Amino acid sequence: MSSLHADRVVRRIGDKVVVDGVTLTLRPGETVGLLGPNGSGKTTLLRLLSGLLAPSAGVVTLDGRPLTEVGRRSAARRIATVEQHAHTQTELTIRDVVALGRIPHRRAWTPPTAADAEAVTQALLRTGLTDRAGQSWHSLSGGERQRTQIARALAQEPRELLLDEPTNHLDIQHQLDLLELIASLPVTTVIALHDLNLAAMYCDRLLVLRDGRAVTEGTPAEVLTPTLIAQVYGVHAEVTHDSGHPVIRFLRPVAREESPRKGGGTSDASTAR
Amino acid sequence: MSTRSLLLTGGGLAALIASIAVAVTIGPADISTGDVWAAVAAHLGLGESTLAPLRDGIVWNLRMPRTLLAAVCGAGLAVCGTVMQSLLRNPLADPFVLGVSSGASTGAVAVVVLGVGGGAVSLSAGAFLGALLSFGLVLLLSHTLGGSTDRVVLSGVAAMQLFSALTSFIVLTSADAETTRGVLFWLLGSLTGADWGQVLLCAVVLAVVLVICLGYARTLDAFAFGDEAAAGLGVQVARTRLVLLSLTALLTAALVSCAGAIGFVGLVLPHATRALTGSGHARLLPVTALTGAVFLVWVDTVARTVLDPQEVPVGVVTSLIGVPAFVAILYRGRRRA
Repeated sequence: MSSLHADRVVRRIGDKVVVDGVTLTLRPGETVGLLGPNGSGKTTLLRLLSGLLAPSAGVVTLDGRPLTEVGRRSAARRIATVEQHAHTQTELTIRDVVALGRIPHRRAWTPPTAADAEAVTQALLRTGLTDRAGQSWHSLSGGERQRTQIARALAQEPRELLLDEPTNHLDIQHQLDLLELIASLPVTTVIALHDLNLAAMYCDRLLVLRDGRAVTEGTPAEVLTPTLIAQVYGVHAEVTHDSGHPVIRFLRPVAREESPRKGGGTSDASTAR
Repeated sequence: MSTRSLLLTGGGLAALIASIAVAVTIGPADISTGDVWAAVAAHLGLGESTLAPLRDGIVWNLRMPRTLLAAVCGAGLAVCGTVMQSLLRNPLADPFVLGVSSGASTGAVAVVVLGVGGGAVSLSAGAFLGALLSFGLVLLLSHTLGGSTDRVVLSGVAAMQLFSALTSFIVLTSADAETTRGVLFWLLGSLTGADWGQVLLCAVVLAVVLVICLGYARTLDAFAFGDEAAAGLGVQVARTRLVLLSLTALLTAALVSCAGAIGFVGLVLPHATRALTGSGHARLLPVTALTGAVFLVWVDTVARTVLDPQEVPVGVVTSLIGVPAFVAILYRGRRRA
C-alpha cells in the first residue's frame, strides 16, 4: 500500500487554481517524474506533497493520515525536499549543511547523538562527499551544491524524497551524475524535470501536468508519445525506442514547408545518445 | 559537548572573570588593587575589608554593579544580535532592528521631559514601556504586510523613523538644555547610573532568554537556507519567529531601559565570534555571550577613564570601534554577496 498519497488535491493562490484535482499514489522505492511546461503546477504539487503547503481541497495522506495533522517535525523525519537551488550567507562546510538534515531528529538542549553522527557519515558516503566534508559551501559549484543538498536530505533518513528540478543550471555531465545518484537511492522519489530524455532514462513512472491538471500518467514508454508532447508542450517530436526507453528528438517548427528531417532536428534537450 | 566547545566556553568564562577583576580596580578614586579585591571578597563573605565605608561604597556600590551591568549588557546585546541575524537571515540585523531602542528613547523622553506618569514612573520604566510599545507596533505592521523577513526589517525601520521623530519633537519643543543633555547622554548608551537592582533585573532576563534560545539552537541553524528550507526541516517557522523575536525584544528592552541604546555590540560581536566558533548556534550562543560581556566591560572601562574626569558615553566608544570592525566584516563577506 502507498505511504504518501495525494487524493484529488487542489491548490488556489488568489483566484488562480495552480493545482487542480491531481491524484498521485507512490509505490515504495520507485522514482516518479513530474513533467509539464513552466507554470503547470509541478512545484506547487511538490510543496503540497511535502506538507509545506496545505491543499485548498482534497487531501495528502502519509500512511493514511492527512499530512496536515502529522506535524511539521514528524513529517520532516519522513519526507525530505531538495529545492531548485539553495542559497545561504552563512559560512558553512559540506558537513555542516548535511548535519542540518538531523534537525528534525534532534532534541532541544541536547548535543548530537551517535545516531546523528552515523546518519551524516552515511549520507556523505552515499553522495561521494566524504573526502570533502570540510570544504566550504561557498566554494562549491552548482552541481556540488545540489549533491550536498541531497546528502542533507538523506541525513533526514526519509522514506520519500521530493526534488524540484534539481538539475537546472547544471551542465550535462553533472545532470547525468546527479540523476544517476538519485535513481540509485533506496527511497521513494518524486522529481520535477524539464528534460524529457532524462525523465525517460531515469524515471520508473511519469506524471504529466498541464495548467495544474494531470494529463496522463504511466511508464515513460506509455507517456512520451509524439501526440502527448505536441498536446502538452506544443512542439513536434519524433520518438524512437532504445532498449525500452523512449528517446525524444525534437523537430523544428514545420512552418517553412521543409522536411523536418532535412531541417536538422535541432533539439533543445539533447537526445540521449 | 565537544572539547572545542568546552575550551571556548571555559576560556571565555576565565577571560570574563579576569576582565571583571581587573576592571573594578581601575577608576578615578585612588584605591589600590589589593584593597579593591579585599573589599569585594568581604562582600562575598570572604575575609575583612580594609577600606573605610565611603571607599568601600565606591567599590561595591559603584564600580561592581557598573562592571557587572556592562558584562550583562554586552552578553545580552550579543545574544540578541546573534538570534536576530539568524532569524531574519540578515547579517546586518542587530538588537535594535525592531525599533526597540527608538521606542525606548521616546518612552524615556516622555517621562523625563513631559512628566508622563507624574513622577511615579522612572526613566527606566518609561523606556521599557516605550520599547515594548514600539516592538508591538513592528509586529503588528509586519504581520499585516505578510510577515516575511524583509517585511519585519522594513517595519522596524519605519518604527525607528517614527519614534526618532517623536523623540526629537518632544525634546525640541519642551526640554531645557540641561534635561536635553541628560537624556542625550542616556540615549547614546551609558552605564553611569548602574545599580544592583538593574544588574539583577538584566541578569535574570538574560539568563531566561539565553536558556530558551539554547533550546532553539538547532532551529536557528535550520534557518541558514531560508524559511522554506527551515520548514522542510520540521521548523514551525511563523511560531518560532514570533517566540524568538518577542524574547529578544524583551531582553533588549530590559537592557536599553538600564543602559540606553549601546550600538554595534549586537551587530559586530556575533560576526567576530562566528569566526571563532563556526555557525552552529549551540556553540555560538554561549561563546558570543561571553565575548560580548568581555568586550563591553573593557569598552566601558575605556569610556569612563580615557577623558578622566569627563566620561564618554559607552555607546559612542562602541560605535567608534564598531564602524571599522563592521567595514572589515563586509570586506570579508564580499565574495558571498
